[in-house]
Amino acid sequence: MSAVIEVRDLVKKYGDIEAVRGIDLDVEQGEVFGFLGPNGAGKTTTISILCTLLRPTAGTARVAGIDVADDPAAVRSRIGLVFQDPSLDDQLTARENLELHGRIYGVPGALRRQRIAELLRVVELSDRAASLVKTFSGGMKRRLEIARGVLHHPQILFLDEPTLGLDPQTRKHIWDYLEQLRRREGVTLFMTTHYMDEAEFCDRIAIIDRGKIVALGTPAELKSRIGGDLITLTVADVPAAAKEIAERFGIAPLAANGTLRIEVPDGASFLPRLVRDLPMRIDSVALSRPSLDDVFLKLTGHAIRTEGASEKDMLRNMGRMWRGGRR
Amino acid sequence: MTTAAQRSTTIASGARRSGGGLWGAIYIVWWRDVLRYWRDRARVGASLAQPLLYLVIFGTGLASSLGGGFGASAGATGISYIQFIYPGVISMSVLFTAIFGAMSIVWDREFGFMRELLVAPIDRSAIAIGKTLGGATQAMIQGLILLVLAPFVGVYLDPLVLLELVVLVFVLAFGLSAMGVALASGMRSMQGFQMVMNFLMMPMFFLSGALFPLVGLPGWMTVLTRLDPASYGIDPIRRVLLGSSGIPVDRFALTLFDRTLAIPVEAAIVIAFGLVMLGIAVRSFQRRD
Repeated sequence: MSAVIEVRDLVKKYGDIEAVRGIDLDVEQGEVFGFLGPNGAGKTTTISILCTLLRPTAGTARVAGIDVADDPAAVRSRIGLVFQDPSLDDQLTARENLELHGRIYGVPGALRRQRIAELLRVVELSDRAASLVKTFSGGMKRRLEIARGVLHHPQILFLDEPTLGLDPQTRKHIWDYLEQLRRREGVTLFMTTHYMDEAEFCDRIAIIDRGKIVALGTPAELKSRIGGDLITLTVADVPAAAKEIAERFGIAPLAANGTLRIEVPDGASFLPRLVRDLPMRIDSVALSRPSLDDVFLKLTGHAIRTEGASEKDMLRNMGRMWRGGRR
Repeated sequence: MTTAAQRSTTIASGARRSGGGLWGAIYIVWWRDVLRYWRDRARVGASLAQPLLYLVIFGTGLASSLGGGFGASAGATGISYIQFIYPGVISMSVLFTAIFGAMSIVWDREFGFMRELLVAPIDRSAIAIGKTLGGATQAMIQGLILLVLAPFVGVYLDPLVLLELVVLVFVLAFGLSAMGVALASGMRSMQGFQMVMNFLMMPMFFLSGALFPLVGLPGWMTVLTRLDPASYGIDPIRRVLLGSSGIPVDRFALTLFDRTLAIPVEAAIVIAFGLVMLGIAVRSFQRRD
């Protein structure tokens, strides 16, 4: 196994703002690699550099063995991309979109037609091949983009938030298609997400926050960083309860969103003691295995921010309205 | 059924870099634009409404207030105002289609198909050239469609005139499309579009001689009209379109330093302008952030 993506000390600045502040990572051939972090953490910037859409300010990135700064065209021919926003031509049919892609990437005619038929079958769009893309639902568009992304047999498929804005059932389906494609084609998947549950599908995850990787490992490894079980407590007076717990049990709880989180090796035996000994009223209590959300919270001290739309998100929504209105 | 590895090798040994070199890539970008245009035939029909408004309402209204005759020496064999603006309205259609078409790039770049092209293993200059030619083709068709109105304004077309017009309308469409692509390629937000509309497209239209002759104007305005590249594209269209039907149009012909320009010279000026703009667009597309 060799690394298909090698990133060393990557930095990207926009004026004075450092969007990416020194990232190192290696991704192996055939791996599903997840890039996890809140909006604005530098995920899209990093992926854009790897796809040669942006130039790094400092550091190096090699994709498929080629430096992205040296030969962007060679890198581009070896990768596939699925963007956050659909980049399909919705005035054209599904087949025409794939046909265009195949031509642009120089897939020879007979092979192109065979590939298109095959991939339309995989993403279950064969019966809609001749429909205009503007009649497709969000999930169908994403499926078509995924099929397009692997049409030219890329070594790596980059997916930027592949399931953003899709309902949970459709998200699950997208994952099934991706898994199927990985098995069939042996393609490396490099994806960004801020859905924690999705990151669990990945072989390895890098957690990125404010332009830096704060943790890297398998989902199990990352979760083991939280010692044992997690107890989430809702109380009226969070600071007082935190002080009380620290004094009585010698554990420092983490306060977040009006709740207290306590990590303990054996939650089942600790929970009765906690409820009995804590002098204040407890509104609710939950015992859980740690999720990646918890890991993120522990490593960064804040929850993944999903609220607060960025300027680009607003523009995107405006665009959806505008485009919707034109139909 | 071949294996994935075999197919991968087939593609690798094929055109890894692009679909048939620079020209192949230009063709693909152009083909997509033309295919889209063909799909959107409803838009083609609707887009005839504005030129018709100009021609019928604006033209008739202004002609009435000008009092039948138009220009300094209007007579029985003169030229009506509607005849005068007919080529102008055709050019307006070309201008608006070319600029609007190019501006779609700005949107496309952020959220649309342009991103697919920008990450493709093709030379970026192919995108600029393909978009320019695609926009020019659409703008040309939009302009030429209006030739069906010729009989209603007393203009007669023979095949040779038609051929000349196709060339001249394409030249204008190319120049304006290249300008639009050059502008759009440097733009990162749609806010700039309003600026282009107000401070470039409308002045260009008004100063181009589409609506009034560019003779006997105040000095400052004469200078501005001669700086407007569209002036050099519209004038030959008018001279060929109206002149061939015996409508006296020569006294309105565009002059530069008091000399009437030959039609090939005017066309060459527009082509040169278009090539400079295309050069800017190519450079702009090749730059990465």
